[in-house]
Amino acid sequence: MPAAVSFQRVSRHFGHVRAVDDVSLEIAEGEFFAMLGPSGSGKTTCLRLIAGFEQPSSGHIEIFGQTAEGLPPYRRNVNTVFQDYALFPHMTVGENVAYGLMIKGVGRAERDAKALDSLSMVKLKGFEQRRPSQLSGGQRQRVALARALVNQPKVLLLDEPLGALDLKLREQMQEELKALQKQLGITFVFVTHDQGEALSMANRVAIFNDGKIVQEGTPNDVYERPRSRFVADFVGSSNLLPPEFAMAHGGTKAWTSLRPEKIKVVAPGEPVHGNHHTVSGHIISIQYQGAVTRISTDVEGTRIAAVVPTLNDIFKEGDPVQLAWETHNLVAMDAA
Amino acid sequence: MHSETPASLPLKMAAIGGLLFLHLPLALIFLYAFTTEEKSFQFPPPGLTLRWFSVVWFERPDIWGPLWLSVKVATLATLIALVLGTLAAAALSRAKFFGKDSISLLFILPIALPGIITGISLRSAFDIMSVPFSTWTIVLGHATFCIVVVYNNALARFRRLSGSMIEASMDLGANGPQTFRHVILPQIGSALLAGSMLAFALSFDEVIVTTFTAGQQTTLPIWMLNELIRPRQRPVTNVVALIVIAVTFLPILAAYYLTREGEHTGGTGK
Repeated sequence: MPAAVSFQRVSRHFGHVRAVDDVSLEIAEGEFFAMLGPSGSGKTTCLRLIAGFEQPSSGHIEIFGQTAEGLPPYRRNVNTVFQDYALFPHMTVGENVAYGLMIKGVGRAERDAKALDSLSMVKLKGFEQRRPSQLSGGQRQRVALARALVNQPKVLLLDEPLGALDLKLREQMQEELKALQKQLGITFVFVTHDQGEALSMANRVAIFNDGKIVQEGTPNDVYERPRSRFVADFVGSSNLLPPEFAMAHGGTKAWTSLRPEKIKVVAPGEPVHGNHHTVSGHIISIQYQGAVTRISTDVEGTRIAAVVPTLNDIFKEGDPVQLAWETHNLVAMDAA
Repeated sequence: MHSETPASLPLKMAAIGGLLFLHLPLALIFLYAFTTEEKSFQFPPPGLTLRWFSVVWFERPDIWGPLWLSVKVATLATLIALVLGTLAAAALSRAKFFGKDSISLLFILPIALPGIITGISLRSAFDIMSVPFSTWTIVLGHATFCIVVVYNNALARFRRLSGSMIEASMDLGANGPQTFRHVILPQIGSALLAGSMLAFALSFDEVIVTTFTAGQQTTLPIWMLNELIRPRQRPVTNVVALIVIAVTFLPILAAYYLTREGEHTGGTGK
């Protein structure tokens, strides 16, 4: 079975800018695939290449085995949820959702029924007669989703779908999107700069930087085993240990990532159970974050942050402490 | 925006004076359409009559030729402006390229230039290319400034139309013409209507460019100019002036209301 989307050495240059630079990737059918990266890293251009708004400067794109370059957006069985939703202000919500079907020449009764189905799927039944301007941001986003899904696309593209929503709504939509994807079985490809979003929703994540994919894998994979300083730093937060320090404390002579939540913080002299490497240092600052507390320490001149469950106020700023970690949590990386 | 303090008395007087200065002559034209004195305009009119309306209708067939020519020219010039102005606005609102501002300025220039310059340059151009004067030479002359009006109206609306809306339409399966019909036209339609009404009104009463590009033909404004020199049946000119006011003023009023409405529906897209 061919991949849902396949990029073979695809580049897209704008003048001297290599927005997408020699990218190869395969997205399997039914996957929830995230393209994660900072702004300007090429992830949105990749999405636009799949949608057909951009054509590759070089390389080859296939969508379900069919050559995509040269095909205009309206000949691709792919639909997009736009970042600004791009709803048509002169149409009602119902007309917006039925637009794709109207263009295809589906009869009024049938397309109204399908639009209604699609709207109830995103829990907006009863909003058909409203104008987009009468909806909240979250509701507009659902309309955009319904408008795309009503066409039963083989691939659904989402461009920063949750970027404009507030935190509570975003968390709710994350769950709903994931449930919807499971229920429909459609391949979802979404672009985000929010690593939390990518990790929580996607089956697989590609991390973009400077037009290239720097790492690709399951969320767990990219989080636990970042291959470069960029990934370690961009996906979650991490302690980046210099090669000499890492070698002296249980690792190898390479830049090494150590996630803050893998570090135990104990008072000096207190025994640490299990097979841990311990170092001593002192506390620079303590940040209370609710369920967890972030403790920044200085160990032999290297700053190491640890995130521990919030207990009672055992430590104070300036206190000497012991840090302990299991050496398998030290992840050696490329220098980049 | 409302100013907090009420305007001072001198300012009010100045404002009223300004308005009177602008509109009193119009009232006089209206008044003298009904005067009984046909050789000179004396104030107050010695008597009022509806006679000149029947004179225009029954005794002066020379009016209808120029009137028809003016309507024809204004319609054609507006149609040309509608097509070219919309295309230019569509291109310049989306594209980004070096010299874009200069090109935009070039589009607007014909309305900023004195009509006499446009007139002379067109006339010599027609001479050089040995184009004989015809309805079309007038139409071309008028189209130069009609395009500006349509362009400006359309440009303002195109800027509000987000590019992703067009992409969304294509994404949902619509090709170019379908996208134009279902997404672009409904959103710029009222601006185009407003622009074309203004263009029609501009063309309908244009004199200067017309004098240079008409040759022996007489449009309505030129007919009126000639009529003023003649001593007899002067109020006929005033009656025709009333017709011109009606023909040009009503579209402008309609244009005003149409664009105002457009702001309510179009500006809330995001």
